[in-house]
Amino acid sequence: MTLEPRLVQVRKNVLKQNDVIARGLRERFREAGVLVVSLVSSPGSGKTAFLEKTLTLLQPRCRVAALVGDLATENDAARLARSRAPVKQIITGTICHLEAAMVQNALDGWDLNDLDFLFIENVGNLVCPSSYDLGEDLRFVLLSVTEGEDKPLKYPTIFNSADVAIITKSDLAVVVEFDEGAARRNIQAVRPGIEVFRLSAKTGEGMTEYLEFLESRRTRSRASASV
Amino acid sequence: MHELSIAMSIVDLAREEAESRGAPGVDVVHLKLGPLSGVVKEALLFSYEIACQQTLLEGSKLLIEEVPIVANCPTCGERRHVQSIQSLRCAECGTPTPEILEGRELMVTALELRQ
Repeated sequence: MTLEPRLVQVRKNVLKQNDVIARGLRERFREAGVLVVSLVSSPGSGKTAFLEKTLTLLQPRCRVAALVGDLATENDAARLARSRAPVKQIITGTICHLEAAMVQNALDGWDLNDLDFLFIENVGNLVCPSSYDLGEDLRFVLLSVTEGEDKPLKYPTIFNSADVAIITKSDLAVVVEFDEGAARRNIQAVRPGIEVFRLSAKTGEGMTEYLEFLESRRTRSRASASV
Repeated sequence: MHELSIAMSIVDLAREEAESRGAPGVDVVHLKLGPLSGVVKEALLFSYEIACQQTLLEGSKLLIEEVPIVANCPTCGERRHVQSIQSLRCAECGTPTPEILEGRELMVTALELRQ
């Protein structure tokens, strides 16, 4: 005799394991008073150049460090190390995104209390990283002027998961006839109210406003940590 | 494409639940999927079959319930559907809706266990 299948309610998030680790990380970051920013974008949008510039400019007055994810090579870590900030490469092998456990492992041996800012550069990919919480305070999504203004509409999920949008390579905007109004409209359509910065890591244009924003966010998070 | 690793997480989760209840197998896994989860239904269904191979879930079916995006509309003061994933505005009045209430789900809601 075959019995009827038994229906049981479960209601569990599929990425629960990742979420639990991410929550633990977020708590550690908060206790240490470090502001953690992750960067997501398509390959080639200028994440590493942007991060190198950020580390170099923050370095004189703040304690900064970076984790950088790639499928292969340690090239990005070598580039970022030129800023003299501590940098660790996470090689993901065949995995197309970072997960909270990879961040947790990479932090081994680092004292978070020694840091003001930690940056996590995700694998260049506009799809997969959107599903994974890394415990970061802020997620930046980068869009370079050479990519096309409608990218936010093509990848709404990742833009929606971000807290800040950064338009990069602004020095090339005129050459590629970048329509900034359209890009901003598209970003706002998929993530209403998001803060947008436009800058160039090469010329330094727009970096001051963005750094002021970063530092004000850190002051805010430190104030809330000490409550 | 990260759907294979998502599918493997679903299989692990369902297997643990089935084992803890002493079930010899699973017939159906019910999954709730939101448009903002970052997971593509077709790719997930394809990956699911592979992930089930040589597990307690071999031969089981993944039943996906796609749920819409629901946001809090500041103008209507109510929960509303949005125009589309490319236009997160209230479907009723067109106000932008930054506060998303539902639509990120990636959740196993129920299992049909073999007896």
